[in-house]
This record gives sequence, C-alpha cells and structure tokens, in this order.
Amino acid sequence: MKKLHMVWTILACLLILPAFLAAEVAPPAEGEKLPDIRLAIPADAGYQKYLGIKGDGAFSLLQIKAPVVIIEIFSMYCPHCQKEAPSVNDLFSKIQSSEKLKDKIKLVGIGVGNSPFEVAYFKKTYSVQFPLFSDGEFIVHKQLGEVRTPYFIGIKNHKNGSHTIFYSKLGAIADNDSFLKLIQAQLNK
Amino acid sequence: MRSFLRFVPAIAILIFWTSGPAFALSDAYKENIYNPGPLKPVDSTLKVKAGEPAPDFTLPSLDGNAVSLSQFAGKKNVVISFIPAAWTPVCSDQWPGYNLAKGLFEAQDAILLGITVDNLPTLYSWTRQMGNLWFPVLSDFWPHGAVADKFGVLRSDGMAERALFIIDKSGILRYAKVGDINRRPDLEELINTLEKTNSKR
Repeated sequence: MKKLHMVWTILACLLILPAFLAAEVAPPAEGEKLPDIRLAIPADAGYQKYLGIKGDGAFSLLQIKAPVVIIEIFSMYCPHCQKEAPSVNDLFSKIQSSEKLKDKIKLVGIGVGNSPFEVAYFKKTYSVQFPLFSDGEFIVHKQLGEVRTPYFIGIKNHKNGSHTIFYSKLGAIADNDSFLKLIQAQLNK
Repeated sequence: MRSFLRFVPAIAILIFWTSGPAFALSDAYKENIYNPGPLKPVDSTLKVKAGEPAPDFTLPSLDGNAVSLSQFAGKKNVVISFIPAAWTPVCSDQWPGYNLAKGLFEAQDAILLGITVDNLPTLYSWTRQMGNLWFPVLSDFWPHGAVADKFGVLRSDGMAERALFIIDKSGILRYAKVGDINRRPDLEELINTLEKTNSKR
C-alpha cells in the first residue's frame, strides 16, 4: 500500500513537473548566466578553427575561445530574420575585417525549429559566412525561454573562466557600428 | 520500486523536452498571433489517392484573379499547401519559409498554391506581415472549405489540415501528406519528393 502511494505521488509530480519547469524558463537576462547550450561540433575544419573547438560530438557555447560571443537566434521561416540576414552578414564582415576585433568576437547563429537542410538553405541563400547550427527539435529554443526571432545574445567571457550576458534583446540590431561600440566597451572592461 | 525510481529523472526530462509548442514566432507578427494550443493532430480522412487524377478546383486569389488547378496542366508541377488558419503560430511560421524557398520550387518547375479556409480580407492582412509572397494565396472560404473537403482535408472544426499535395504536369496526384497540425512539415521531404516527381517527366 505504501509503495503504491509512493508511485502515485511520483507520477503526480511528473505530471506537474513540465508546467513547473516551463514556467521557470525565462528568456536570458542581461547580467545573468547563459544556460548550458550544447551544439554539434561543425564538421567544417574552418568553423572548428574559428570557434576554437576540435573533434566531433557536442560542444558547449561557453567553450568558444573568445572574450565575446554573439548568438543570433533565427529561423529561415521568420520574415524579419530573412530581412535582417544581410545586416548580420555586414556585422560579421566588420568584425572579420578588423585586426583588433576578429579574434575577440565570435558570431554564431542557431536556427530554432530548423532542420540541417533548412539551415543550409538559409546559409546558401544569404551567403552566411559564420557558423549556423540546427536546433530542429527546439531544444535550445526551450532553454532560452522560447524567445521570438530574431533574438541576439551577447556573452562576455571573463578571464577567470566565468561569463556574463551583457546583451539580450528581441529584434534586429538597429545599428551595427553602435553595437560594435557596445562590444568594445565590454572588451575594455 | 528502486528500479522504477532509476527512470524518474529520464522520464521527467523526456516529458519536459517533448512538451510545449513546436514553433518559434517571428517578431514580424508582434503580439498578434492567436495560439489555439495543441489540437488533434489529424481530424479528417483523405479523399484523394496518389496515382490518380487530382480533383480540379477554382478559387479566388489575393491578387484578384481566380486560379484553377487545371490551368497548370502540361505547364507546371503544382504543390498545394493547405494550412489551417491565418494568424496562428505554426501557419505563420510555414509560408514565409516557402517564400524564401522559391528557388527550390522553381528548380523543379513547380508552382506553389497556398490555400486556407480564411476569407480574402483576413488573408490580405496576415500575408502582408510575411513580405511579398511569390506564390498565389487562395481563399477556400465559401462555400466553406469546399476544396479542402474535395481533397479530404477539412477538419470537423471547419479548418483545413496542415496538408501538402504534389500534382504533376499531367494532373496526376503524386504525393499526399496530411501532417500533424501542430508541427511544420519537413521541407526536405517535400523538396526531395518534388524532385523525384519532376525527374519522372
């Protein structure tokens, strides 16, 4: 009887748990930590070099070797993400063309609800040069509180190994130069 | 009991990750999307069969012209995308992707026809949030859902299913897929099937 009671209690907890956990997941807040987002290590050697990641399997976004990491949450099905793709490419070009910035800022995109096929099509259509990842089953999307797209997150990796979110906003980056100044201020800290 | 307890964390994680919506809303729609919540995945029975002629239809389109399936006979492969309702999450997340994928359809000599049971004014307001769609958007509003019903994709709640059909240039139905209404269909499967249809010609 006691065992039966325990089983029912556990089942009841399991039923309530999803709603409880879902309510707990809020979009990432500035000043807070990023959840442990794990992605497949890209097969492309150039991307591995860019990210400072080797091998196969999964890696954590916090393993990227750079003082600042910018994460774009996008979807090929999102009209604003499509419209903003050239502007994000421009941001990447500005970073890569600066000797001062290119090793200090890394940019990645995560296609939420997008299969590898869909991410590859988005990448090809807009000639995206930075690494894009597939989150086909919305796993990362749920970790990030199911934010709308596009959504940008900026991470500052500190010398002591910890990190802080310094930027977390829905919508396009209005002005790339101002955004780079904001990043520069983080780098100067 | 102990063996059951060992599985508790795994079950909890499974329930958590498989629960909740399967869509990501674009900022393009702001706060204007109505979320009906999870619906019965499929609520109709197909009336058409791959390998047989597709039923012809004529519907009003957003550009003011009537569009018939038969007008593409001998000219284009046709993909029909039925979606349940304007201003809902997954539907709002489907056609903008097809808009971007124009090249994938054109490469297979195909036209896409988007159909819902909404009326033209609603479709006009809604699709304007998506940018300029390259494909005709057709209203199956009146007689309500008559074309959806011809294909067997009219649900008991009056909405259409989330269904895809491929009709070849000779008017034969080559692919009929009624997917889970709560999930966006896999684009790769559609394009691969379209490619096979086109290569048979």
